[in-house]
Order: sequence, then structure tokens, then C-alpha cells
Amino acid sequence: MSLLQIKDLTHFFGGLRAVYDYNLNMEEGELVGLIGPNGAGKTTIFNLVTGAYKPTEGQVRLNGDNMVGLQPHQITTKGVARTFQTIRLWNELTVLDNIRIAHASRVKYNLLDSILHGQRYRKEEKEIEEQALELLAVFGLEGHAQEAAKNLPYGAQRRVEIARALATEPRVLLLDEPAAGMNPGEIGELMALIQQIRQDFGLTIWIIEHQMRVIMNICERIKVIDFGETIAEGTPVEIQNNPRVIEAYLGEEVF
Amino acid sequence: MRKYYLPLAVLFLFVVAIGGSWLRIFNDYWQLVLLFMGINIILTVSLNLINGYMGEFSCGHAGFMAVGAYVTSILTVWLFADDKVFGPPVLPAGWAIPLFPVALVIGAIAASLIGLLVAIPSFRTRGDYLAIITLAVNYIIKSGIENMEVIGGPRGFVGMKRVMNGMGDVFDVPWLLIWTFIGMLVTILIIRNFTSSTLGKGVEAIREDEIAAELMSVNTKRVKVTAFMLSCGLAGLAGGLFAHGPGGYINPGTFTILKSTEVMVMVYLGGMGSISGSIISAIGFTLLLELLRPLGVFKWVLIPLLLVVMMLRRPSGIMGSKELGDVFPRLRKIFGSEEESYVLASD
Repeated sequence: MSLLQIKDLTHFFGGLRAVYDYNLNMEEGELVGLIGPNGAGKTTIFNLVTGAYKPTEGQVRLNGDNMVGLQPHQITTKGVARTFQTIRLWNELTVLDNIRIAHASRVKYNLLDSILHGQRYRKEEKEIEEQALELLAVFGLEGHAQEAAKNLPYGAQRRVEIARALATEPRVLLLDEPAAGMNPGEIGELMALIQQIRQDFGLTIWIIEHQMRVIMNICERIKVIDFGETIAEGTPVEIQNNPRVIEAYLGEEVF
Repeated sequence: MRKYYLPLAVLFLFVVAIGGSWLRIFNDYWQLVLLFMGINIILTVSLNLINGYMGEFSCGHAGFMAVGAYVTSILTVWLFADDKVFGPPVLPAGWAIPLFPVALVIGAIAASLIGLLVAIPSFRTRGDYLAIITLAVNYIIKSGIENMEVIGGPRGFVGMKRVMNGMGDVFDVPWLLIWTFIGMLVTILIIRNFTSSTLGKGVEAIREDEIAAELMSVNTKRVKVTAFMLSCGLAGLAGGLFAHGPGGYINPGTFTILKSTEVMVMVYLGGMGSISGSIISAIGFTLLLELLRPLGVFKWVLIPLLLVVMMLRRPSGIMGSKELGDVFPRLRKIFGSEEESYVLASD
């Protein structure tokens, strides 16, 4: 059975059909790309899968469990985490707190413990903080732990966002244009980072990206959508040579 | 040894405030000022959780204060005082000493339950809804009480003086100041501990970006309702203490939107998201009101003027979102608490 199964996912914004009959089966450990022209409905699909929007029709299953109708925080707790197209860190909070808060669903102590700060509280908070610092070290951010997130350079903020998503301990990680706004050097580092966390954390990754260099290099499988409909699916090489894709999106000059 | 400095400093303040009042070094007037300081600190610090840390806008704090004030007073007068409505005291006056804090807690719980009723509909959406709903609730509570003839209606509710006198007859110590001091400490501890926990940090994540918070596994609805109930409960505690002040009298006219505004002013003056700011501004504001008393009605010309100047020169309030320890690192060195980062502190 596939880890993430999406069947006939459809979403309307009023009369506008944003996503139509989207299907995807992701196997554990896969790295799948989602591309399409601006406004094709890519981010809408992510919003539907993570529960930010409720689909008009269709099914989303993680490991066989239905995910449609759950609150976003429940879906994240079950193992689907994401990053955002525009960075959405908690700017005024420290980098460490950004990571700590993403542990929220695993906090076992109750409200009274959080007020009395008893033994159980201390033990758990210590674990959370250690885990958060370890995670920051993976991303080379341990030196920034006590800085406000807004003071970090752009590339570092992108990494904090990925680290924060990983702090929720996902099985499937959704990356929404992680390379947006990065220079070629940073993009190279990002690709290496994605490969590394995929291995280290045993992740299944689903990525939206406009940078063809990223998509063509790291994805095993790509799905292309246009106007909410799937127009092509295949390996990077197949996609590059697919006439419908070239027509709809890539244009003739890219390759 | 160092970890005892902060408790010792608090104990010192307690001895000065309570001992000074007991030995009558502080006269009745100064005792009243101390009482108002304590109550204002409770109100300000608790409202800061919603208007500062969470970035929502609640403007009905006085309403929840009224709930606490009435519930606590009705309980104490019914149990410990001879009253026209409630008849002779149910329990002997001596019982009031251990049961007074219980009555305060019940008042606080009542206020936080009303808070729950408000929170459920108003936190479904973001933005100005909470402001509008809390404003309405403030009015509803006030007119609700005005229309309850049993508890005095618009004329107000009396009898708390007899309760306090009864307690004083058994043991002559300034009971109300003692409980206000403890209530103030409890409030500060609750808000400080809650906002520094991973669970409570969710409140700040909601202020910064609620959608991101929800998608990063924070149960935003529950966090918002919990924080609001905490805040309202503490307002109820302040109300219960306020009702037992020297006048021994409360009326619905005290708990209007004006009172709520006063608390909001103290929050914004001190700095949103700063507990020490709230404490400083509550003390300062109470003192300022008293110092300017000779000016009579011109007080209300000067204070808003000061506010305007403050907002122009320092829009984020006295402390901004910083705590005293951030501004004066020496203080943190002397009073350094064990609450700071466990791992970072050890290396």
C-alpha cells in the first residue's frame, strides 16, 4: 500500500475549478515533484492535503487512514508537514522557540504542569529543547538558536522553516518552492540538504518548485498540472520531452 | 545560595507591605493604594496574556472582574455575614479565614467559565470579533447584574465589610492585603510559567502567524480557549479581592468599559508581551492616579496627554516585549532563575 494516497481530489473556489480529479500514490521514501505554470493549483493541492482547505471532493489517505475533514494540526500530528511558499516563521520568536513550538503535539504534560513546572514538565521540556538543538545542528543553525527568526538571512530562514517542519516528526514532507529567492550557490546547497534529510529522517518528499534545476536533478517522478488538471506524469527525462508540457509550461527555449 | 535571592526579595516585599500595614506604618490611605496596586497588577498581567502575548484584542476585562467580584462576595456574605437577603451567617466567622481563598478561587472559576462561553464563538474567526464580542459581554454582564434585584441591582451589593471585620476580630492582620499579595504572586507565576512552556508558547505563535501555528501541529483553538479562560479567571480573582476592599461595597457601575479601558491602558503602557512591563506600569499608573488627585478633574486631562506623549515617543510601551532581565542583564545574574534554557545554561 502506498504511504500517501490521493484519489480524485477536486476543489472549487466558488465557480472556479482550482483542482480537478487529482490522483497520486506516493510510495515510502519517494521524492516526487509537482510542477505547473503559475496559478495551476499546485499550492492549492498542498493546502487540501494539509487540511488548510477542505476539498470539495476526493480522498486523501496516509497509510490507509482518511485525512479529509481533520483539523490541520491533526493532519500534521499524523505525519504530513509542510513549508510555505513565502516564509511563515514566527518572526519575533527565537529560532529555538520556532522549533520548540513545532513539538506541541508531542507534549504530554497538561496545563497544570505547564503552570507548576514540576518534575515531569522539566524532564519533557529538557528533551524537547535537546531535540530542537540537535535538529538545528543538522541545519547548521545552532549558532542562531537564541536569535529572533526575523534577523536571520533569507537562506537561513528557509532552512529554519524546513527544520521546523521536521520537528513535527513527519513521514511525508511537503516543500512549497523551497528554492524561491535563492541564488545558484544556495540552490546547490538546498539540493544537497534535501537529499541528506531524506536519508537521515527516512522521509517521503513532495516538492513544488519552479527551478527546473532542482526538479530535474532530485525528483524521481514528476507530475505536471495546468488549470487544475494533470497533463503529464513521468520521469524527469520523459517530462522534458513531453510535448504537452513543453507547450503548456516549459516553453521551447528551456531545453 | 543564588537561587534563594528571588524568593528572599519577594519575602522582603511581603514583610514590608504587610508588616508595615499591620504596624500601621502605612495608614489606611496607603494601604488602599497598596491594595489597588496589587489588584491592578493582577488585572494587567492577566490581560497581557490576551492583548499582548496572543495579540488579540479583548476589551471586556472589567466584565469578568465583575463576575468574580459578585460570585466571591455573595459566597462570603452568605457564609459569614448577617445579611438581609441571605439571613444569618451559615458558618462562624472564624471559618472565613481558611475559606476566604476558597471563595476567591470559586469566583475565579466562575469568571473563567463565562470566559469559556465567550471564547467558543469568538475564536472561530480572527480579527476584531473578539473585541466586539467582549465589549458586548462587558455590557451584558453589567446590565445583567443591574437587573438582579436579589443582589442589589443597580444599587450595588454590600456586606463584605462585615466579613472582613469578622476575620479581623479573630486574628488582627491585614487579611485582604495578604491575599492580594498572594493573588498577585500566583498571577505572575501562572502567566510567566505558562508563557515560557512549549504549550504556552503556542500563544505567541498564534500572534505571529496563526495559520503557520495550526499547520505546525499547534492546536490553536484549544490554546486560544485555554489562554482566554486563564486570563478571565485571573480577572475574576482581582474582582473578588476588589469587592472586599475597605468600602465593602460593589456596584455594577464600577465594572464598565471605562474600567476595562483603564486595564488596557496599563497593558499598552507597560508593553505588550512583557510581564515586568505590566507590573511597572500597574504600579506607576496607580501611583500617578493618586499623585494627581489634587488636580481633581484635570487629572483626566493630564493622564491622557501623558499617554499620547508616551505613544508618540515610545509606541511599544515602557518595556516593549522585553523583561527586566533582558534590559538589565545584571539582574538576571543576581536573581538568575532556573527556568532559563536548561541545555544552553549548562555549557
